[in-house]
Amino acid sequence: MSLALVLEQLLNGVQFGLMLFLMSAGLTLVFGVMGLINLAHGSLYMIGAFLCAALAAATGNFWLGLMAGIAGAAAAGALIEILVIRRLYARDHLDQVLATFALILILSEGVRMIFGPFPLYLNVPDMLRGSVDLGITRYSLYRLALIGFGVAVALGLWLLIAKTRLGIQIRAGESDREMIAALGVNIRWLYTVVFALGAALAGMAGALVGAIQSVQVGMGEPVLILAFVVIVIGGIGSIKGAMVGALLVGVIDTMGRFLLPRIAGLFLDTSQAMGVGAALASMLIYLLMALVLIFRPQGLFPAHG
Amino acid sequence: MKLKMTAIAALAASSIGAAQASEVTVGMITTLSGGGAGLGVDVRDGFQLALDMAGEHNIKLVVEDDAQRPELAVQIAERMIQSERADILTGIIWSNLAMAVVPSTVAQDIFYLSPNAGPSALAGANCHPNYFNVAWQNDMLHEGAGAYANELGYENTFIMAPNYPAGTDALAGFKRYYEGNLAGELFTQVGQTDYAAEIAQIRASGADSIFIFLPGGMGISFMRQYEQSGVDLPIVSAAFTFSQDILPAVGEAALGVFNASQWSPDLDNDANAAFVAAFQGAYGRLPSLYASQGFDTANLILSATAKADVQDRDAFREALREADFTSVRGDFAWAPNQHPIQRVYIREVVEVDGVITNRIVGVAFDEHRDVHGENCPM
Repeated sequence: MSLALVLEQLLNGVQFGLMLFLMSAGLTLVFGVMGLINLAHGSLYMIGAFLCAALAAATGNFWLGLMAGIAGAAAAGALIEILVIRRLYARDHLDQVLATFALILILSEGVRMIFGPFPLYLNVPDMLRGSVDLGITRYSLYRLALIGFGVAVALGLWLLIAKTRLGIQIRAGESDREMIAALGVNIRWLYTVVFALGAALAGMAGALVGAIQSVQVGMGEPVLILAFVVIVIGGIGSIKGAMVGALLVGVIDTMGRFLLPRIAGLFLDTSQAMGVGAALASMLIYLLMALVLIFRPQGLFPAHG
Repeated sequence: MKLKMTAIAALAASSIGAAQASEVTVGMITTLSGGGAGLGVDVRDGFQLALDMAGEHNIKLVVEDDAQRPELAVQIAERMIQSERADILTGIIWSNLAMAVVPSTVAQDIFYLSPNAGPSALAGANCHPNYFNVAWQNDMLHEGAGAYANELGYENTFIMAPNYPAGTDALAGFKRYYEGNLAGELFTQVGQTDYAAEIAQIRASGADSIFIFLPGGMGISFMRQYEQSGVDLPIVSAAFTFSQDILPAVGEAALGVFNASQWSPDLDNDANAAFVAAFQGAYGRLPSLYASQGFDTANLILSATAKADVQDRDAFREALREADFTSVRGDFAWAPNQHPIQRVYIREVVEVDGVITNRIVGVAFDEHRDVHGENCPM
């Protein structure tokens, strides 16, 4: 096991974590500000990827596609908030889960009706194709760009929340919803904006990841599950928690898939070790979540202190 | 809605033609949503095309989506047997779902005709007179890939498949014929979308080639990421990872890959030419091997219904065993365990008139049969 391999796996873990962060940031914001469990967040990820793939295919330009993916997901998010979600704030979490689960089915079927059941083609932009030499190993240029992109978006999000008027309202909304409404902030508008912001982040993640994965109906649900794990670990409602949780999940999952089969290989023959190792690796992040729930039920960085 | 209409049409048909042999109800449980949807859609469309081309027949087809979930597939199977009174079940794509559904189905004196999954556990000691596999036993095509890896002179291959019955069968099949060293062996998760951790290990392994079995969306994700990784080792595979359902989405990254298959769109026989043309006419796309398997399964059922009444299970089973239909893959015969004996071709991914597809470049085995059949008491 060489240093080059470990470094490459670390980069893989960080890149995976940052994309998870884009997904979980929106999920945790929506829960923190509105107290809403949004299962349809994965569908917004899918919408971003499909719009990006469709526009990139039509124009030949990935960046136009990315813009369309972000804008389209934001618009879909705003529309969903106004038409459906708005009616759910006062309701029980179970009602919210039921309604947003219905949205998953409707959106998946809608996308299938428009784009068909077969995966779409979306390739990485020409300027980010191929791999670069990092000295001790080669690495995919596009994955490096994803890391840069993820860091930039995280910084932007931090600035937005820490330094702007909208950010103050979001933080106030997380602390006390009734009070900021009483202070004259248009809470309905704020909710729509926060939901659209979360949707835009999910759409961005879908479009970016879609270029190296398969753009297909249902692509959002596996990521949604991981995003829930991330926000449970990080602390529901906390952006900082989402960041730390996402990086933890990304690195632990990647390293587990890489190291556990090798560790099992010390005790078992190769085929068995691969099976046992792979099975254990797929459980690892859920074990982490269980540990966090036992020792810090509020998550690592609880939003409300 | 569609189901209701079929039911009404079937009801009308049955009241008119009551004097004919009893109607055959075929329940199709297949994957129509999620990352494996392309495979199920092709099996369904191929099956439907064969019924449409046959014109008048008394087969009632009921289709349901299993969403690639074993527990759902079991529920659907129970419902189809109990409520729909299905005589034949078919359609399952994934081996773990087949393992959950097939044994209890055939035990209830219902036929199961597999258009895709062929787990080794059902081909050997657990074979059953009511279970027919029209496609292949899982190991078969991977054995072809292993044999061809020798021919290509590969000596240090890295092998990888998802961790489920068809994945273990795939690696076992490849290793049965491959004579070189293994640079590494990996199981991934079913439905995995990110292969960065695996590609890093391939890079570090010092392999001279890789063998992968990653059907559906898994194959698209892997190939896209592999292309960008800077690892440039040749790939040898079975048809599943380089099939027509995913080639348009994989794009040029797949060009030049050799893969083993019992069928190919350019296979030169009359039945296949007619099938490919009719499929393109009906659905506006090239068929995949899954579509060819659905098409063959329907034609096998049609051949048996022409000879026997499905209510007479023994007579119908004999009719199925005769396999009196023209397979689009060419010659078709049953081994004693009711899995096919067939030729395994080597195909290469090529671009023809702007369409990425497969062309036959060689033959891996003639009259190939699976090894598990030896343990089958039939």
